[in-house]
Amino acid sequence: MTTNHSMTTTPLLTVEHLTMRFGGLVAVNDVSFAANNGEITAIIGPNGAGKTTLFNCITGFYTPTVGRLTLRHPDGKQFLLERMPGYRISQKASVARTFQNIRLFGGMSVLENLIVAQHNKLIRASGFSIAGLLGLPSYTKTEREAVDLAKYWLDRVRLLEFADWEAGNLPYGAQRRLEIARAMCTEPVMLCLDEPAAGLNPRESGELADLLTYIRDAHKIGVLLIEHDMSVVMTISDHVVVLDYGRKISDGDPAFVKNDPAVIRAYLGEEEDEELPAVVAADLPEVAKRAEEGA
Amino acid sequence: MTAISLSSPRAIAWPAILKEAAMTAFVALLLTIPLVGLRTVDRPTGLGLETRWDEVAAAVGLVFLGRLGLCLIREGHAAIVLVLAAAAAAAGFFIAMPTEALRIILIAGGAVIAIRAILAIRTGRSKLSQAERDKRMDHIAAQVQHASRWLGPIAIVLALAFPFTPLADRQLLDIGILLLTYVMLGWGLNIVVGLAGLLDLGYVAFYAVGAYSYALLAHYFGFSFWLCLPLAGLLAALSGVLLGFPVLRLRGDYFAIVTLGFGEIIRIILINWYQFTGGPNGISGIPRPSFFGIADFTRTPADGTMAFHELFGLEFSPLHRIIFLYYLILVLALIVNLFTMRIRKLPLGRAWEALREDDIACASLGINRTNMKLAAFAIAAMFGGFAGSFFATRQGFISPESFTFIESAIILAIVVLGGMGSQIGVVVAALLVIGLPEAFRELADYRMLAFGMGMVLIMLWRPRGLLAHRDPTILLHGKGGSGGPAAGTAAAGGQGIAGGSAK
Repeated sequence: MTTNHSMTTTPLLTVEHLTMRFGGLVAVNDVSFAANNGEITAIIGPNGAGKTTLFNCITGFYTPTVGRLTLRHPDGKQFLLERMPGYRISQKASVARTFQNIRLFGGMSVLENLIVAQHNKLIRASGFSIAGLLGLPSYTKTEREAVDLAKYWLDRVRLLEFADWEAGNLPYGAQRRLEIARAMCTEPVMLCLDEPAAGLNPRESGELADLLTYIRDAHKIGVLLIEHDMSVVMTISDHVVVLDYGRKISDGDPAFVKNDPAVIRAYLGEEEDEELPAVVAADLPEVAKRAEEGA
Repeated sequence: MTAISLSSPRAIAWPAILKEAAMTAFVALLLTIPLVGLRTVDRPTGLGLETRWDEVAAAVGLVFLGRLGLCLIREGHAAIVLVLAAAAAAAGFFIAMPTEALRIILIAGGAVIAIRAILAIRTGRSKLSQAERDKRMDHIAAQVQHASRWLGPIAIVLALAFPFTPLADRQLLDIGILLLTYVMLGWGLNIVVGLAGLLDLGYVAFYAVGAYSYALLAHYFGFSFWLCLPLAGLLAALSGVLLGFPVLRLRGDYFAIVTLGFGEIIRIILINWYQFTGGPNGISGIPRPSFFGIADFTRTPADGTMAFHELFGLEFSPLHRIIFLYYLILVLALIVNLFTMRIRKLPLGRAWEALREDDIACASLGINRTNMKLAAFAIAAMFGGFAGSFFATRQGFISPESFTFIESAIILAIVVLGGMGSQIGVVVAALLVIGLPEAFRELADYRMLAFGMGMVLIMLWRPRGLLAHRDPTILLHGKGGSGGPAAGTAAAGGQGIAGGSAK
């Protein structure tokens, strides 16, 4: 198997032997892979393959049963994510995430959503509210910077004119983009996106792909992506990890994964007759691709 | 009156309407037989049963007529119903009725139906859809919110001037103090319920901690009010943190139940720790506040101290102390208000509101949820503690009786009725919940009936609270909105300003 770019550079995130059990159910079974800085790593797999569970382990919503999750910042700092309580993973290790079912602060304005994302920076500047209550200039300055950062990301996701809207009143696609902007406002080293293209039309998916490539290239951070929309995954990913029934079945660049028989089997089902006619076998990757795009 | 012609009167489907009214009357009959019809009376021979069938008949008849009226409004005959309902209310008002209850039902029922009829005529439709009604109320709430920018200072000036108006007698000042105490408690609880979204059913516990802190410190150590005020706040905040640590990991209903339990625990400790707290007898002789430790509000001051009226060369009046207490609670309440308004614009306040909206998303953004919630709890508890020690010094006597669950419920009702998170809403709701029953004290028992009816009506018309409207704490495009989307349907605030003149 041709694996990993991890030989060349030190990976941003190393997942080793990650297992997550819920009672008798093994949702993630001995999965290991690495994700690099400045790359988009896609995690794909059929429904129920354990992708979101894997995400929840990485972002601290679950504590894995077995395994090690190491995050190495570009500046050399190292964090063992499996040992950190949920909120610290974002606060200290700078991992940001979005959710499959959008979780915005619906009653608050778009801008406020992005300001809340910069909470830790701001609350320190506000002297845990004391300096803020007194209206000291140090806090006002930090808040202005926070608004500038928010403005930058609003501009990037084309929501600048909607800044004062209630987030819950935005159209669906805009909410998706806002959630990504909110995650980026935490200034992460790794961005984890849980099905960002779900429910988007083809044009919006295209814009999303552009946004993610921009985030990768301009901000040089690692992007971890769960996605079902293969048109997005195959065009923008640098590295694809395929899960099925909690196990990793393939790992490599998009071209490799697309042609991996194990992946095709997982998506199209096992052939009863292993001996396929040569013509059919040659067609399979094409069929698989079409099936995936349909999904 | 052109509006009437809009409400296209159709041919009345009498059988259907009569059937509906009869069904309603039947339900009323089932309810009123046990509730009104039978009454136990204490006789020398034992407990006896008394029947009041005439009242049952009157109630059922009125319900039948009332339903008929509502049906007719729906069918587009609001004008006739309005006349009849108003006549019924007037009849109840002026003509002597066999029983008091009948009279009140007649007046209240007639008035309600008349109001419905007026609404129906005004809108030209007999029934507004829920969404339209909500939108309209949102609009009003937004306007009130914006008006509060100049209304607030005016209200404060009026409140400040009130004791010097000829209106201010002992009774009104007392009601004012009571009202302001509840406004302060409402604003305090608003931090936990309205901002952080934690349903706290035991807020009265912190009120009790504050009151007993002052009473006990004064009783055992002779501390003055001005020393105890911060201490009471501190102790209440501490008890908030103590309660918060184990409880804040719970969510929703579970959280509410545990806070309810905490409120009861405090009250029961106060009752049972007889040696220390005086048990159910309470603590009496709690010292009254001095004029900032400089002078006392007495006619003949003790040796070495000064009396307030001597200090300012005034004639002695027992009202001085009441006026002082009034200003004290006014200032305390305004401190809470100022704090809340400022904290909303700070990271802590924004984190609270974010927690209310979605606490999982908060965790994903690196917000330490436990600390944020603890802060909300401790701060709200501290304000409760301040209010409690004020209560103790005003009354001069406290007992566990004053800190029952109903107090928590009333404070919560003020917050919820006012519209969660709305500062001006709390004031309006406190006026309704505390002010109205006080003002209509003559109605005796019926005032609780009226209170309950008011609550039901508000919950029906405005489930999110009277003035539930939230303005963003920070705006990018300024208040006018950058035209286009910012002033669109989403920003009800923008609409409130833009559409201020257009009805």
